[in-house]
Amino acid sequence: MTPVESKNRKELVNFSTLLIFSFFVILWIIPYFLNLYTVYVFTWLLIYIIAAYGLNLILGYAGQISLAQAAFMGIGAYVVAILTKLDYSFWIAFPLAGLLSFLVGIILGFPSLKVKHHYLAMVTIGFNFIIYKILMNEEQITGGPYGIMNIPRPTLGFISFESDLSFAHLVLIISLLMVFLMYYLLNTKWGRAFKMIRENEVRAEVVGVDLRSYKLVAFAIGSAYAGIAGGLLPPLFGYIEPTLFEFVISFDFLLMVLIGGRGRFVGPILGVSIVILLPEILRITEQLNLLIFSIIAIIVIVLVPEGASSLVDIAYKLFTGKKFPSLTK
Amino acid sequence: MLFQLIIGGTASGILYSLIAMGFSLLWQTSQTINFAQGDFVAASAFIMLISYSMFHFPYLLSLILTLIVAAFILGFIFKKLIVQRILEKGLMSIICATIAMSLLIQNSIIFYSPESQNFPSLIREGTISIFNANLSFLDIFNIFFAIIIIVILQLFLQKTKIGKALKAVAQNRETANILGIDVPKMIMLAFIINAVLSVFAAILVSPIYAAKYNMGSALGLRAFYAAIIGGFNQMRGALLGGLLIGYIEVLTTGYITAEYSEAVILLIVIAVILLKPEGIWGTKEIWSKEL
Amino acid sequence: MALNERKERKFMRKKILKISNLHKTFYGFRALNGINMNVNEGELLGIMGPNGSGKSTLLNCITGIFPNTDGKVFFRDKDITGWNSSSIFKIGIARTFQMVQIFPDMCVLDNILGALQESNGNMLQRLFQVNESKEKEKAMGMLDFLKISHLKNENAKNLSYGQQKLLDLGMALIADPSLILLDEPLAGVNLTLGKEIIEFILKLVKKKSCTVIIIEHNAKIMLDICSRIIILNEGKKLAEGKPEEIKSNKEVIKAYFGA
Repeated sequence: MTPVESKNRKELVNFSTLLIFSFFVILWIIPYFLNLYTVYVFTWLLIYIIAAYGLNLILGYAGQISLAQAAFMGIGAYVVAILTKLDYSFWIAFPLAGLLSFLVGIILGFPSLKVKHHYLAMVTIGFNFIIYKILMNEEQITGGPYGIMNIPRPTLGFISFESDLSFAHLVLIISLLMVFLMYYLLNTKWGRAFKMIRENEVRAEVVGVDLRSYKLVAFAIGSAYAGIAGGLLPPLFGYIEPTLFEFVISFDFLLMVLIGGRGRFVGPILGVSIVILLPEILRITEQLNLLIFSIIAIIVIVLVPEGASSLVDIAYKLFTGKKFPSLTK
Repeated sequence: MLFQLIIGGTASGILYSLIAMGFSLLWQTSQTINFAQGDFVAASAFIMLISYSMFHFPYLLSLILTLIVAAFILGFIFKKLIVQRILEKGLMSIICATIAMSLLIQNSIIFYSPESQNFPSLIREGTISIFNANLSFLDIFNIFFAIIIIVILQLFLQKTKIGKALKAVAQNRETANILGIDVPKMIMLAFIINAVLSVFAAILVSPIYAAKYNMGSALGLRAFYAAIIGGFNQMRGALLGGLLIGYIEVLTTGYITAEYSEAVILLIVIAVILLKPEGIWGTKEIWSKEL
Repeated sequence: MALNERKERKFMRKKILKISNLHKTFYGFRALNGINMNVNEGELLGIMGPNGSGKSTLLNCITGIFPNTDGKVFFRDKDITGWNSSSIFKIGIARTFQMVQIFPDMCVLDNILGALQESNGNMLQRLFQVNESKEKEKAMGMLDFLKISHLKNENAKNLSYGQQKLLDLGMALIADPSLILLDEPLAGVNLTLGKEIIEFILKLVKKKSCTVIIIEHNAKIMLDICSRIIILNEGKKLAEGKPEEIKSNKEVIKAYFGA
C-alpha cells in the first residue's frame, strides 16, 4: 500500500469506528424515549436482524438458499425456553441454542450440499414443516400449540435484565456482537472464499475452493445465527408458541434479505427495518403487506438485485462523489 | 386393505406426478426451478372458482376459460416477463423470484378469500366396493383422467413434430439449436404445457382437499420431492416419483401416523440424494458443471 | 553414456501426465474416442485440431469439469481420474478458460488472492490467517509481471477482454502449479497482446520449469513455440510429434484443409 492509500485507509477506519460508536450510543439511548410497545418492536427488530445476518451469509455470500431460518429460530427458542424453565441459567442455555443449531445445520446440509442443484432449498422447506409439526405435536416437551409460558428474563450475577429497557440493552449488545463477528468472518479468507463461490462457482472450484465444505459451514453458521436469535425470543415475550416459527416466517426472512440487498453487509439491517417497520408506518394490514412485499421482492430481483443497499450506494455517491466502499472483502 | 391403500396411493401419487412432470419439463428445457409450481395449481383452482362460483359459468366453459387464462398468465407472462429476464442472472435468482411469486399468488388468493372453498367435482360422491375394498369414485376417476392426460402428453411428445422438437430441446438445447429448432418457442411451449398440467391437477385435486390459498405449498413440496426422488431430468422420473410419494404417504398414514409422513418422505429424499443423486429413474448428469 | 547424461535423459522422459484410453460421450455423441497420450515434464505441448475435435473436452475431463465416460488420467503416476476440480488444483494442475472465467464483482487483487489462498494449509487454519501481507506481495508480483498492477483495485468485470484474459492467466499461475493447461489463450485477443501473452508463457516455462499444455488454433505461433504438438480430430489423436514432423504430415493437412 502506498503512503497515500495507507493514510486514506486509516481515515476510513477512524471514520467508520466513529460512525459505529455513534450508532451504538444512539441505539442505546433510543429505548429510553419509546413506549412499552415500541420497546418490544425495537428489541424484536434487533433479534430478527441477527437471524437475517445469518441468512445473508448463506444466501448473499455463499449463494445457497435456506428456507429454514424460522425452524432454526424455533430450535433455539425452545432450547432456551425449556432449559430456563428447568432452572438452568440463561447463559448456559443461550450458547447451547446456537451450538445445537450449528450442529443441526451441519447434519441437514451435509447430504443436501452434496449435489449441484439447489436441493438445500427444498430440504430446508421440508425441514421447516417438520419442525413445526414436532413443535405442535410433542406436547410433553414443547407444550404443543399452547407453547411454553412464564419464561423468566435472564440475570447476570447481581444485574437483572427483568425490565424491558434493560433487556433491550442486552439484546442490543448481543446483536452488535453478532454483527461484529459476521464482519470479522467476512473479512477473513473464508469470507473471500464465500464470495468466490457466489461470483463464479466453477472458477472457484478450479482455483481450489472446496465448495462443499464452505457451503456447509456457511449454512451451519447462518443457521446458528438463527438459533441464537431464536434463543432471545423466549425472554423477550415471556412465552413462545409454534406459530412464531411457521414456514411463512422463513419466507419473510428471504424477503428481508432480498429487499435489503443480498450479499451486502448492511442489507439485513435495511431489509428487516423495511419489511417490519414500513407496514407499521403505513398502517397496512398483515395480509396486504405480504402481498406488497412479494411484489417488491420480484421487482427487486428482476431489476435491482442490490436491493435497498443500492439506495445507500446512490446516497453515498451523491454526498461524497465516490463509490460506496465495500465493507467486506 | 392393502388394495385400498394402493388405489389411494395411486390416486394421490398420480396427481403429484402431473405436477412433477410439469416441473421436470420446465427444468429440462430451460433450467428453471419453479418454486411456485404448487401455487400454480392453487392459482388455477381459484381462477376456476372465480369463473364457476362467482360468475356462474358452466363447468366446461369455466375449464376452457381457466386453461386460456392459466396458459396466458402462468405460461406466457411468467416466461416472458419474469423467467426470461432473470435466466441470465443465474439459478438462484430464478429460485428467489419464484419463491416470491409463490408468496404473491398465495396472498392474492387470500384477497379473494382466506377460507377453504368447496370445489366442484365432475363425479358425484360415493364409494364402490371392489375386492372387499372401499374405493371412492373420485379416486378412481382421478386415476383414469390423469392417466389419459399423461398418455396424451407422451403421445404429443413422441409422435407429433412439435412434440419431438420439444423433446429434443429438453434433452439438449445446443444440439436442438443446431438442428434448426426454434428453441425459445419450444421453451415457451413447455411453460404453457406446464400451465395446462397445473389446471388439470387443480380440477382433480381440489374436489378432494378443497381449495385454499395455502394448498400449493404442500402440493408443490411433494412434487419437488417426487422430482428429486424420481429423477429431475426424465419425465418418467417425475411420473414414477410422484406415484412413489403417493404410496409412501398412504402407507405411512396407514401404518404409522399421518403427522410424520412428511418426515419419512424427507428422510427418503435425503437417502436418495446421498445414494443416487440423479434420482431413482434419472440419468446421470453428463454435465457436472454449468459452464 | 555418462551418469549425468543418463540422469538427464531420465528426467526428460518422466511423464507428468499420462492419459489412457480416454472416452467422453455426450448423449451418444463421441467427443473423445479413446485418447492415449503422454506429456513429458517441462515440455511445451501444443494441442491442435479443427473445431469439435475434442480439445476443450479433453481439457475439461482432465481438470474435473466433466466426468469422463471411460479411461484414466494419471498425474505423475497418481490416478486422478474423476477427481473434482479443487483437488486437481491442489496437486498442482491449473488451467485457464476459453471463455474467460473470473470473479466479476471482486477487485483484481482479490481475484488473485482468491486463487492463491486455497493452496495454503487447511480450511480451519485459513480462518485465522488474517495477515495477508506475504500473499499480497506475491499477488502484486504477479500483477506486475502481467503488467496490470495499475488495475489492482478495479472490479474485474470492468476490465477489457484482453485484461481479463491476463487476469485469468494470473489466477492460474499464482499458486505455482506444476502443470498448466491453457485453453485458447489467444482467442479474441489482438496481435500485440497475443505476443505479450506468448512472452509471458515462455518466460514462465523457463523460470519455473513447469509443464505447459496449450490449446490453440494459431498454427504459426504453435509451430514456432511448442516443443511437441498433438493433433486431434473427431475425438481421436490424429498425429503427434515435433513441429517439423507435423508440418509435413499428410493426414494433418488433409484434416485441416480437406485436400
